Amino acid sequence: MGRYVARRLLQMIPVFFGTTLLIFLMVYSLPGDPVAGLFGDKGTDPATLARLRHEYGLDQPILEQYIRYMGDILLKFDFGTQIRSGREITEVIGDAFPVTLRLALLAFLIELVLGLGLGVVAGLNAGRLADNLVLIFTLLIISVPVFVLGFIVRMVFSDQLGWIAPNVSNEELWSELLAPAIVLGALSLAYVARLTRTSMAENLRADYVRTAVAKGLPKSRVYGVHLMRNSMIPVVTFLGTDIGALMGGAVVTEGLFNVKGVGGLIYDSIVRREGMTVVGVVTVLVLVYLVASLLVDLLYAVLDPRIRYA
Amino acid sequence: MPDITKTATAPAEETATAVAAAAPQKAEKARSLWGDAWADLRRNPYFLVSSVLIFFLLLIAVFPSLFTSASPTRGDLVKHFLTKPELGSIGSPEWFGYDGQGRSVYARLIYGTRASITVGIAVTAIVTVVGGIMGMIAGYFGGIVDAVLSRITDIFFGIPFLLGAMVVLQAFTDRTVWVVVGALAFLGWTQITRVMRGAVITVKQADYVHAAQALGASTVRILFRHILPNALAPVIVVATIALGGYISAEATLSYLGLGLASPTVSWGVDISAAAAQIRVAPHILLWPSIMLSITVLAFIMLGEAVRNALDPKMR
Amino acid sequence: MTTIDKTATVPAPRNGGDNEGPLLEVRDLHVEFHTRDGVAKAVNGVNYSVSAGETLAVLGESGSGKSVTAQAIMGILDMPPGKIPQGEIFFRGQDMLKMSNEERRKIRGSKIAMIFQDALSSLNPVLTVGYQLGEMFRVHQGLSKKEAKLKSIELMDRVKIPAAKARVDDYPHHFSGGMRQRIMIAMAMALEPDLIIADEPTTALDVTVQAQVMDLLAELQREMNMGLILITHDLGVVADVADKIAVMYAGRIVETAPVHEIYARPAHPYTKGLLESIPRLDQKGQELFAIKGLPPNLLRMPSGCAFNPRCTAAQDICSSEIPVLHSVTEQDGSELPGRKSACHFWKETIHG
Repeated sequence: MGRYVARRLLQMIPVFFGTTLLIFLMVYSLPGDPVAGLFGDKGTDPATLARLRHEYGLDQPILEQYIRYMGDILLKFDFGTQIRSGREITEVIGDAFPVTLRLALLAFLIELVLGLGLGVVAGLNAGRLADNLVLIFTLLIISVPVFVLGFIVRMVFSDQLGWIAPNVSNEELWSELLAPAIVLGALSLAYVARLTRTSMAENLRADYVRTAVAKGLPKSRVYGVHLMRNSMIPVVTFLGTDIGALMGGAVVTEGLFNVKGVGGLIYDSIVRREGMTVVGVVTVLVLVYLVASLLVDLLYAVLDPRIRYA
Repeated sequence: MPDITKTATAPAEETATAVAAAAPQKAEKARSLWGDAWADLRRNPYFLVSSVLIFFLLLIAVFPSLFTSASPTRGDLVKHFLTKPELGSIGSPEWFGYDGQGRSVYARLIYGTRASITVGIAVTAIVTVVGGIMGMIAGYFGGIVDAVLSRITDIFFGIPFLLGAMVVLQAFTDRTVWVVVGALAFLGWTQITRVMRGAVITVKQADYVHAAQALGASTVRILFRHILPNALAPVIVVATIALGGYISAEATLSYLGLGLASPTVSWGVDISAAAAQIRVAPHILLWPSIMLSITVLAFIMLGEAVRNALDPKMR
Repeated sequence: MTTIDKTATVPAPRNGGDNEGPLLEVRDLHVEFHTRDGVAKAVNGVNYSVSAGETLAVLGESGSGKSVTAQAIMGILDMPPGKIPQGEIFFRGQDMLKMSNEERRKIRGSKIAMIFQDALSSLNPVLTVGYQLGEMFRVHQGLSKKEAKLKSIELMDRVKIPAAKARVDDYPHHFSGGMRQRIMIAMAMALEPDLIIADEPTTALDVTVQAQVMDLLAELQREMNMGLILITHDLGVVADVADKIAVMYAGRIVETAPVHEIYARPAHPYTKGLLESIPRLDQKGQELFAIKGLPPNLLRMPSGCAFNPRCTAAQDICSSEIPVLHSVTEQDGSELPGRKSACHFWKETIHG
């Protein structure tokens, strides 16, 4: 078990540096100039541009820039400054992060409860009416793009029924975050339901389930103890990678509901070519993703004793 | 596909005794995985519905002028988007109304199909070939090759898909369909790699592969004759479902203003433009959204049907 | 040696005299599976019975319906696609097919237990062996976790698993094939059931381990005076432990006999073919006999006797009339107790 965790941790180090380097390269080596962007269409004289580029270290070779950048983050927890506002990027992320985290957690909770619930119902009734209803429902959810779904939710619940305010206020109450969380979590909810259903239906025919029935165990125990635990293994894998994906996917949802979180920040930064901010936010998201995958690996090892010795 | 049927493993029997061996007196065709899957597909209503839909979508994408004589780009400002759709004219182009620049919404729907279908099919084709080859190499050779390729895959996988595509696309001012295809393929190949790698590792241990190795078959021959046909099923399933996802991603990016842009006619572009007028003219938003959802649904349903057919455990 | 006749008195009935008749009696059981390609008739009118302390071996190749019959007795058939359109299964005189689900559940595991072929896949991979054994006591007897664990260790000792105390918290994949099958046996024996159904209990094991496991099973059966239904395709296993044999083909019993008589004088061409296909030392160098053809397709059963397309002695009547299970007699007409054959030409087969 200890060796397994250590190995996973070691594997994560190159992934962390690789991913951040990749995003760094994507931001800085592709055409487009953040400093020139600062002055809009009018532009400014080349000397000022050169001075600013030097100030931000943008005139150095790209790898050197990356190494210095990473060094600052790891050693001094310094993510740099936002060019437009002059604020520290750590501060900017600190402002935006909590609300997105709450939004993502709420979405995660919805996806967990509803997704697992629907999946279990469908899996235990494989081939019957309930299974087909869940299948159709999840197919529809997967097919409707998230921004369309967002529009529908807004149109129905805010414009027609008036149940929710069209925009999330600055206090960002949990109740206000519910509608965007549903929109954000809908796609993953459908995937969790499909995955749970498949896994349950498959394991329902496993020999050990037949053994459990032959032992005279009550249904609740056959399903609750013997079937569930085995069926959760693939679902847990998906759920783990999904927290990071939810935070990344918040770009659309936050825009639709006017939430001032990471999604909005990253969108603005990309459009304004604030490379430093983009890399900073993505670095944080990559960290979230890696921590979540590590947790999944641990949970995986707890759920399935076979892999502890693998 | 005689070569495939020869080596394909027979699907697990549904119930041990339910399906007995073929009667010797009747010359019954031995059912391979693929033959069995086809028999299963033909009876699946999801498959029938989705293939009819996809057929029409392809037809529209290739020959849009068959479906409308109007131009998607020429606007007639007299016909403003506030002109209420003529309810009496169900089925005619007028029924769909006109957008902010007086362009026929119907014509734009028809001409917008090509962008979505092209992106979906092109991205899927690229990631299947690239990701498939990477996955085959990683899975078959194992060891250090696998370790390196798997870490590279992890690195790309660590970048949130949509965010990564936004970053790549913002660098291009002239975002054509092929630029969008490139950006999505650049970030999307990892999914297929993972699936292919897993499938190859499973197939690699099969006796017929060991037999081929023992007989001295070349690596290329083993990979393409023995491993690929048997590892292909999960890849096809994932690729079909992913195709719908890529279409959806293109529309999302265009909606965000970082994908396709006018003058390219695309549903995402139209949805983005219509979103500004959602209160006064929701119908302009409605039509491209419906077309988009139906298209994605068609491919996802196809993927589901193929999954059911190829994975006997699911039945 | 007990006789096959179901009216014969059973030696030492277990729980006093409340069970006059056999422990288990299957009457005219039919099982079919509704598949995409049609209705597969897996079991077509099976009759057999087992008494306490008695071992019935059910013999047949895969697809003969022997396992499906056992699953129907246990009540673990997948329904649907499975269906029991006809038949009765009496356990201590009560038809189990008419019982409620809850009544049947209480019988499973505590009165009738089953041992499966592949112990690795039949044990839950993510739960410890101790947990899975202890579950029997917790569910059926309401013991606490702690008590159940002690009982589990006791059980593991009883099936001769070394260092039971240390191994009780191990997972199934930590054990060897033979040890895993001992755990399966321990699980079946846990509540000292009246009847055990063992479905090819040694098929998945090494030949060297097979005998040990079989001996253990036989020993425990003797100790507890249980009824045992041993499902197998291995004639060698049967000779040592069984009292009587029922040979199944295409969902029907084609021959029944006390165990030793069948080896000497089979009364059905199929049984004869099976016996002749066993390699024998005294026939070294000769070509080994094999039954021609394949088992019938259960979706398209041949008309008449299901064995007729493969039978060397088939006549016209064999493809038109389904043979009934005739009582087999000596040439002089004296009865051979327990012997029956579903062949139109049983006389020729046994005496000819």
